[in-house]
This record gives sequence, C-alpha cells and structure tokens, in this order.
Amino acid sequence: MVVKKTGKMLFRLLPIGLMALLLSGCGIPELSALQPRGEGAEIQLEIIKLSLWVMLFVLAIVTVIYVYVLMKFRRKKGDNEVPKQVEGSHTLEMIWTVIPILLLVVLAVPTIKATVELADAKEAKKNEVINVTANLYWWEFDYPDKGVTTGQELVIPVGKKVALNLTSKDVIHSFWVPVLSGKTDNNPGLENEMWLHAKEAGTYYGKCAELCGPSHALMDFKVIALEQADYDKWLEDMKAAKEAETKQLDAKNEKNWSKGEQVYAQNCLSCHGGGKVAPSLTNFGDRGNLAGYLKHDKKNLEDWIRDPQKLKQGTKMPGFNESQISDEDLSELADYLLDKKIQ
Amino acid sequence: MATHTMGMPKKKSGIMDWLTTVDHKKIGVLYIFSGLFFLLVGGVEALMIRYQLIKPMNDFVSGEVFNQLITMHGTTMIFLAAMPMLIGYMNAAVPLQIGARDVAFPFLNALGFWLFFFGGLLLNLSWFMGAAPNAGWTAYAPLSTVPDALGVDFYALGLQISGFGTLMGGINFLVTILNMRAPGMKLMRMPMFTWTAFVASALIVFAFPPLTVGLFLLTFERLFGAHFFDPAAGGNIVIWEHLFWIFGHPEVYILILPAFGIFSEIIPTFARKRLFGYTTMVFATMLIGFLGFMVWVHHMFTVGLGPVANAIFAVATMAIAVPTGVKIFNWLFTLWGGKLTFPVAMLYSVAFIPSFLIGGMTGVMLSVAPADYQYHDSYFVVAHFHYVIVGGVVFGLFAGLYYWFPLMFGKKLHEGLGKIQFWLFFIGFHLTFFPQHILGLTGMPRRVFTYLPNQGWDMMNLLSTIGAAFMGVSTIILLVQLVMALTSKEYVKRDVWGDGRTLEWTLPVPTPEYNFAQTPLVKGLDTFWLEKMAGNTTVSVSEPVGDIHMPNNSILPFVMSVGLFLAGLGFILRLDYGTVGLVIAILGLATTLTAMFLRSWIDDHGYYIPKSVIEEDLRLEAEKEAK
Repeated sequence: MVVKKTGKMLFRLLPIGLMALLLSGCGIPELSALQPRGEGAEIQLEIIKLSLWVMLFVLAIVTVIYVYVLMKFRRKKGDNEVPKQVEGSHTLEMIWTVIPILLLVVLAVPTIKATVELADAKEAKKNEVINVTANLYWWEFDYPDKGVTTGQELVIPVGKKVALNLTSKDVIHSFWVPVLSGKTDNNPGLENEMWLHAKEAGTYYGKCAELCGPSHALMDFKVIALEQADYDKWLEDMKAAKEAETKQLDAKNEKNWSKGEQVYAQNCLSCHGGGKVAPSLTNFGDRGNLAGYLKHDKKNLEDWIRDPQKLKQGTKMPGFNESQISDEDLSELADYLLDKKIQ
Repeated sequence: MATHTMGMPKKKSGIMDWLTTVDHKKIGVLYIFSGLFFLLVGGVEALMIRYQLIKPMNDFVSGEVFNQLITMHGTTMIFLAAMPMLIGYMNAAVPLQIGARDVAFPFLNALGFWLFFFGGLLLNLSWFMGAAPNAGWTAYAPLSTVPDALGVDFYALGLQISGFGTLMGGINFLVTILNMRAPGMKLMRMPMFTWTAFVASALIVFAFPPLTVGLFLLTFERLFGAHFFDPAAGGNIVIWEHLFWIFGHPEVYILILPAFGIFSEIIPTFARKRLFGYTTMVFATMLIGFLGFMVWVHHMFTVGLGPVANAIFAVATMAIAVPTGVKIFNWLFTLWGGKLTFPVAMLYSVAFIPSFLIGGMTGVMLSVAPADYQYHDSYFVVAHFHYVIVGGVVFGLFAGLYYWFPLMFGKKLHEGLGKIQFWLFFIGFHLTFFPQHILGLTGMPRRVFTYLPNQGWDMMNLLSTIGAAFMGVSTIILLVQLVMALTSKEYVKRDVWGDGRTLEWTLPVPTPEYNFAQTPLVKGLDTFWLEKMAGNTTVSVSEPVGDIHMPNNSILPFVMSVGLFLAGLGFILRLDYGTVGLVIAILGLATTLTAMFLRSWIDDHGYYIPKSVIEEDLRLEAEKEAK
C-alpha cells in the first residue's frame, strides 16, 4: 500500500523532476537564474516553472489541434468541393474563453503573493542595510552603520536577508545577481529598496542590466557571501585597513611613504580615497577582476592607468601619461596597489 | 453631373507622378517599398549586431558603435519598416475592401507618407553626420539627454516628423472606414483586415500623442536646456519611461493587429472557408486594443513603482492573453474542416500560429512581475519580442506581400523561390531567437556589445548568429523575386487566387485609378464569395455608370515634408554650427508654412473622369474577361 502510494507520488513528480533536470542543466552556477542560490531567486524560479507549466499545457493542446488540422484537411488535386461554411460555435468559444481565464487565475494568485513577498524588506532592514550606488561604470557598496565602503564587490553574510538601497549617480543602471535575485533599477535622484539573500557561502556574478553607455557590457560586479563569523571579521578588517591607510597616508607621515604610496597619494587618492567618486581601493589586492572584467594582474593594471578609455570606453577615470607618472613610478604604484590586501 | 468645367488634368509621367500622387494605391506602393528599403537597412544592422556577438570578446565594432547599431536597428524596424509596410497594406487594400474610390483625405494621405519618409531619412542621416543615436530605441533619460553627441537629436526630431505622418494616417483611416463604405457594407460585414486597420488606427490616434509629448520634452531638454528629466534640477527620470511606454505598448498592438488582419484574410481564402467566429474576432480585436492601454507598466516592473502597481499591471497584462488565445483557436477552427492549399502566403500564415504562440506564452510568463525581475532586460526579453514581432508582424508582412502583390502590381511573386525564401526564413528565425530564451535565463543581459568567455553563453550565441545568416540569405532571395516579378511581363487575371472572398478581388487587373466603375452593393460578409456561390462572376452594383470625381495630384505634401526635414536638420545643426543651422531651420519652416498657406489659399476641386471614359474601360474589361 505504502509502496504503491510512493510509486504514484514518484510518478507524479517525474515530469517535475525531468523539468528540473532540464532547467538546472543550463548555464554556470555563479550566474544562471536557473540555479538559484538564495531565497529571492528561488521564489522567482518557482513561479517561472509554474508559468512555464501552465503555458506548456496550452501549447500542448494547440499543437495537437494544429497538427491534426494540417494533416487532415489538405485539399487534394482536383477536389473542387466547397467545404461547409461554419459561422462559429458558442460552446467552443465559451470553452476557450473560460478555461484560459481559470488558468490565469491559477497564475495570478501566486504572482501577487510573490510580488508582495519580494517587496517586503522589513526583516532585511533589521539585519543589515547596504547602500548600492551605481556609477559609470562601477559599483559602490557602502555599509553606513559600519563605516565601510567597497567598490565592485558586495560582501554579504550567508543565511539572512540584507536590505539594499539602490540609487545612481549618473544614468539609470540596474542591479542584477541572477543566482540570488532578479533586478532592481538604480535610478538617479530616486532610491529603490530590495533584499538579497544567499543560502551558502560563495562568489556570485552580478551584471548591470540597463543600457548605460558604451561600456554597459563591462559593468560586472561580484557578490561574495561569507559565513556570519567571516563576515564580521571582514567588516572589522576592512575598517582596520581603512584606518591604517588613513593613518599611513596622513601628510605628516610623508617621509615614511614608499615610492608607490607617494605616487598613489599624489595621483589617485583625491578620487579613490573616500570610495565615493571612484571605487575604493582599500582591498584592491583581493579583487577578482580589474575594471570589472579584466584579469587582475600588473600588466593590465598598468595599461589601465595609462589609458582607461581604451579598455573601458566612456569611463570617467582619466589616463596618466609618462609625464604624469613615469614608467618606473607606474611599476611601483602597481606593486603597491596589488599589495593592498586585507585577506 | 452637370459641371465638366474642371476637365481631366494632363497626366504627369515618371517620377513627377510618384512625387505628386494622391492615389491610395500608389501611396501604398510608396509605403511598401520605403518600408522594404528600411527593412533592409535594419536587417544589415541586425546582421552586424549578431556578427559582433558570434564569439566572446569579439572586436568587430566598439561598444559605442554597437549601441548605435542596436538603437537604429530597433527604431528603424519599428517606425520605418514594420509600421509603414502595414500602413502600406492598409492603403493598398482597405479602400478596395470597403468598396471606396479613395481614402477620405487623399492629400493628407500623401502628406502622411512624405512626412514618414523624410522623418526616416533625417533619422538615418545621422550615420553620415558623425553619430547615430545611441541610447537604445527606448531612449531612456538621462542617457538620452547627455549632450555630447548629436545622435539622439536625430532620434527625437526624426521620429517627431515621421510620427506626425503616422498620426495623419491613423486619422485618415478612421474616417475612411467609418464614412466611405459602399452601400450594404455594415460594420459587421467588414473584412477582418479592415477591422484590424480600424482598431490600429484608433490606437495610433490615442498612442502617438504621448510619444509626441515625450519627444518634445526630450527635444527641449537637448536643444534648449530644459530639465524635465534632470534630478539635480528637480526633474524626474521616470516621466520619460511612462510617456514612452504609454505609447510603446499600444505600438505593439498597432503592429500586431493589422498582421492578425492579414492572416484572417489569407487563412479563409486558402481554406475555402469563412473565418470561424467572425464576431468574436472583431470583439477580441477591440478588447486587445482597449487592454493594450492598461498594461504599459509591465515594461517597468524593475523601476521600483512598488508591489501594488506591479501586481495590478501584472494581472491586467495576463488578461490580454484571453482575447489573443481566442483568436488563435478561431484560426485553428477556420482551418478545421477546410480544404487547405499552401501557396507562400498561406505557409507564412500557418507558420505564424506556433511561432506567435511561443511569443504569447513567454508574454504571459513575462507578465508575472516577480519572474520578470529575472527576465527583464535580459536576452529572454529579446527572444520574446522577436517571437512576437518577427513571428507575428514580419510573417504577416511577408504573407501580405505574397497575397496582395498581384493586386498591387498585376503580377505574382515566384512561388517556387518563395517556398525556399519561406523555409530559410522560418528556420533561421527559430534558430536565431529560440536560443536567446536560454541565454537570458542563464544571465545574459540584453544590449551588451560583448561578453566574457566561460559564462556558458558561447554556444547559444553562435547558433543565434548562424540563424541570422539564414534570414539574411532569405531576404536576398526575396529581393531577387521582387526584381523578377517587377520586370516580368506575365500579368495575372482578376481574382488571382481563385477563391477571393472580399471586394478587392472583384476589381480588374491592374486596378483602374477610380477603383470601382460602379460602387458595389454589399450583401454580407465575404460578399464576393457569396456572389460566387450564387453563381455570379462578380458583385452587384449600387449605381449606374456616371462621371467620377477625382482629387488632383499635388506636390505640396512633398514640399511641406522637405521643409520640416530641413527645419529638423537646422535645429540639430544649430548646436554645432550656430547661425548656419538656424538659417536652415528658418528656411525649412518657411517652406512648410508657405506650402500650407498655398494649400489653404488655392481652391482645388479636383476633376471628373467622364462617363464615356469609364464606359470604354468597362467594355475593354468585358472583352478581356470573355477571352
């Protein structure tokens, strides 16, 4: 009896399983909305599957009629018979009006539920609030309660919702981390709210999803989810590193500066210092990518400082030519920057 | 008719005839060929886009040029290819379907065409003047208000001018369909294409004003430093999005409804069976048109309008699926029990059903707001709207071209080549756009000029580009067919498909300039078919042969449009060239105003084609039929 019941249930679950297999076979685990790693993306994938099922049901019915009609009612050569001119059918027309309405009700109720659920950031706000400011073409992540600001990499704790306040400094951008949640726009002059949740520690890819200029495609970022203890430590380290940097770069300390530090203080600090005008470089050495998409090595970094426009058309960062930073100094600067690590 | 004082004007020949014509049949041809031309331009842009994306980190074009390509591809295809071609079919078929001798306002009709044409020309001129628009066809502010390139100025003014033309077309067809129907052509006897043209015209009249307003704001922002969309000066960026989509969503229905109409003509003709559920089809069309104005926020689910707005617009959007589904089933049951033959026009119509259905399915999926947070601005959306616009509208444009080409030119497009053209296009279309669903779901945003390797996208992008090449080859074949048909001397007979059901097929080939020698008497839906079933070779008439009043040709519509074109160009150049631009702008406006003044000042009563000429035409036609 029990076996029979389980068998029946398995049979019922079979198509869902097959579908899941089909869906999870697509894309890479850091990026695919079909392989969710957080509650937001899970809710979204559930409703994507539901709507797909409803629609496949409609598709199946139409396909059966379609194939039958095209096979059955071909006019043969020499057949001059005039077919019966049918005006319509009340019964049929009622059927294909009412059934779709019922199907849509099945879809509408969970839609409304999920819309409300995804918009509710009350719980998340109690945990952590992070300001996400989009810029041409980089992301600023600011932890106002913690006094920490990062660029390009958003670090969040695992297992609880965090609230994001999204805005933009220039044009519209859109914040999208497919494996964690769908997108919310970063609108200049306005503020949006969303929550983000990661189920397990890991690094996930983020994209800008609103056309923002020639380097829209290169505006990638990362979300790094850390276990709570690691997260707390990271915050502390960041704060400590920032303070150490400020202390070290205090003008009174000038004679203790290394060559790289000197070049950094003279050329970079005015924009990169606070992490608001340009991405914070406090933990630059730990970054996975340079400029969001390039390999993080010395050669690329030097090329970038010399001519950022070549690598990222439309970026606000000015290039520094040899009269501004000599080759030697550039090398020192690059070494210094790549060494700015907290981990 | 007493007055013959206004004798028949001397026939203009060659190019002058085309520049001055007010004949809806010729204007239809102008629309269709201009539309085809822009379809090629937009197609080349599409191929360049797909070639850039064939492999990761390709450097065929830069990010800036890529953005210009996508902006111009979208804008060109929607405003300069699809819509004009559909208005072209309206011109070519609607007056004939309702038994009219012309549209209600022939002069306005010509003006509408030339405004569209010069607007499109102005827009495309941007390629040769330094920079094409680069903010996407949606031109979201503030990306579109950055004053560092002229590109978006061309977008704003080009679309404004061509938009005036479209608006005039919409008004003209509303009035024509309401007022110019032959005796007996009650509303519920109108052919389905006429019905969809009517509803689409109403949509144009209500949907284009928001676009006009939006473009004015954008133009003022760019040219005169207004701050409507500038948050720093108290403006709001969301205003543009609302205005654009209040227009933009109905625009989708402006395109798809006439395409539905085309299929609703072709399917009954080649199934030899009347349209199943005609009445429901009419009401479904109206309902789609009506609901089309209530769903624009589904393009803005991620803007942050809040869960209440998102939920309401999600459910409203789902509702549109019902009348659309009704239509699909009605077409299927028109085929049911019919005697189906498959010339190319019918192939496209039959291929449309599953292709469009997939677009409709993803449409419902997109309406689910929380799911849309994932789809939005990803390749999933790109796949969806191409399934709707290519699988629906472009299939309709091609179907209509094969179906009505003999009506317009008296010759047929080559059926054999047509079948190759169809299959290449059909396979290429699905190969291009189906993989894009998967690209979107696996995280690829739209409008990216390149992508890194190792993100799982390489294969699908390659397939998609191969598909685009198929469509490119197919289009070349279509061009060959057009040249072959236009240069051939093989004319077809009246009622070329044998099973024509509506009034346009009762007309002699080529259609005389006055269309109907005697206005027909309409006895029901598909009146020509009814007459044929009753054993008649043509339809009954409702008047004796008499003089026919015709409008005079005029060069003024052309002149007015040239003036506005110059004015637009001048305003754009004003920013870079100062006085020179201003002089051109003033000159252009003066040209248009002078032409408008002349139009108001000079009385033009048209002329009469005398009864004798028409009797002679009738006699010749009878002789031809007898052979």
